[in-house]
Amino acid sequence: MTELPAWSLPADAVGRIALATDWPAEVTREWAWGDSTGKGVRVCILDSGVDGSHRLVGGIESAVAVSKDEDGAAFVAEDLDGDVCGHGTACAGIVRSLAPEAEIHSVRVLGPGFTGGGNILLFGLRYAIEQGFDVVNLSLSTTKKDYASVLHELADSAYFQRTVLVASAHNMPVESYPWRFSSVISVGSHEEPDPTTFFYNPSPPVEFFARGVGVEIAWLGGGTILSTGNSFATPHMSGICALVLSKHPELTPFQLKSVLYLTANNVGGGR
Amino acid sequence: MSDLRAAVAAGALGSEESYRELLQSIVEVARAIFGARASSVFLHDDETDELVFEAVAGEGAGELVGQRFPSSTGIAGWVLVTRQPLVVDELDKDPRFAREAAESTGFVPKGLMAAPLLHEDRALGVLEVLDRPQQSAFSLAEMELLGLFANEAAIALDLLQKARSARTVLEEEGGDAAALARFAARLDEAEPEKREAAIQLLDALGRLLRER
Repeated sequence: MTELPAWSLPADAVGRIALATDWPAEVTREWAWGDSTGKGVRVCILDSGVDGSHRLVGGIESAVAVSKDEDGAAFVAEDLDGDVCGHGTACAGIVRSLAPEAEIHSVRVLGPGFTGGGNILLFGLRYAIEQGFDVVNLSLSTTKKDYASVLHELADSAYFQRTVLVASAHNMPVESYPWRFSSVISVGSHEEPDPTTFFYNPSPPVEFFARGVGVEIAWLGGGTILSTGNSFATPHMSGICALVLSKHPELTPFQLKSVLYLTANNVGGGR
Repeated sequence: MSDLRAAVAAGALGSEESYRELLQSIVEVARAIFGARASSVFLHDDETDELVFEAVAGEGAGELVGQRFPSSTGIAGWVLVTRQPLVVDELDKDPRFAREAAESTGFVPKGLMAAPLLHEDRALGVLEVLDRPQQSAFSLAEMELLGLFANEAAIALDLLQKARSARTVLEEEGGDAAALARFAARLDEAEPEKREAAIQLLDALGRLLRER
């Protein structure tokens, strides 16, 4: 018998790749995430840490921080400082508002002295992918070109192991990453007030627009403020991803992105 | 001192003030375009990990330049560490923010818009635009406009930093180099006739120094 190439499908093996989900004739929001609470889905907030005690966050499952030792080598340790600037807490609160029963995990890669810390970001992202989180919220980007190829590889490895990276597009005319990679779900802002309204963008690199204007966000010290930015559109998309994956845990990132496309407000959403 | 160093000296001493003026003009224009109460540029000091007021237009102009605060605090800190622009409204309703703002800027803004100053792959600082008393919240289109101003400010800030480090190098070279640098700068500014006379005098001095 002739050996087939490594990545091919023998005639008698088609059954092996049968889809676990009965894909409906029409993908609706009701099918995609109706009655979902995000239960069972592990969402990672790769950011400045998360204050789990904030009422909009309502507790987190785990928190680690990436730091550097004396020789400059990055390592991960339990995060005892929480959120020092408030950004990660704001993102976590938005995910929670959409997916109240999702698990929230914090990986801190931003903070004092981290402004040039692209390698800390890489280390933290690699760690998050190794943990097998279902969704990683990246309301940040790096402009360091040296890191682009490593980030690209990380984004692809996440994609193939079913970790969905949801990344903020930069709304400034600069080259930054990882949102420009096609293996992530990139998010910009629209100006509608509804948290589940999102649009597919047929003119990439930004693929989706989610709510990012005048969002009530968690603020350090227990309060809230109104804020605008792609940083806050991104966790809206992460929350919606958590809802879909809770109801359909077998979906690959490709399938999830297809569901998002089919349920976007300018495609089939609202049905 | 080589010709090259003399040229750098003339550039460094003359340009620092010009770049500072350019930065000031950027915040003045940003404030005018947005109809804002104030606009400022913060420089991130790598050594101390602090943000420093580098140029201020409107409220706080004249008092705030040179003031410092930790780089990871406040809205400017968010923007610096995440490298993403941000708009915040209804700040005056938050007592904690109000207190911090009043302590650092002398007044409490209702809203502000901030963008990182990105140059090549570094975040050099932050541009902020505060309050528009006559208008509603900032829109996405305005945020993009702010991004354009931020690009301009980042270039000016980069030039200012380069001029400063050139000056520091000259100062570290000792009194002789600084004296020559000042001379080179004066020469650069002088009228053509005066410059010619000064060069003749300098040549004569050179000959005198060569004689044993």
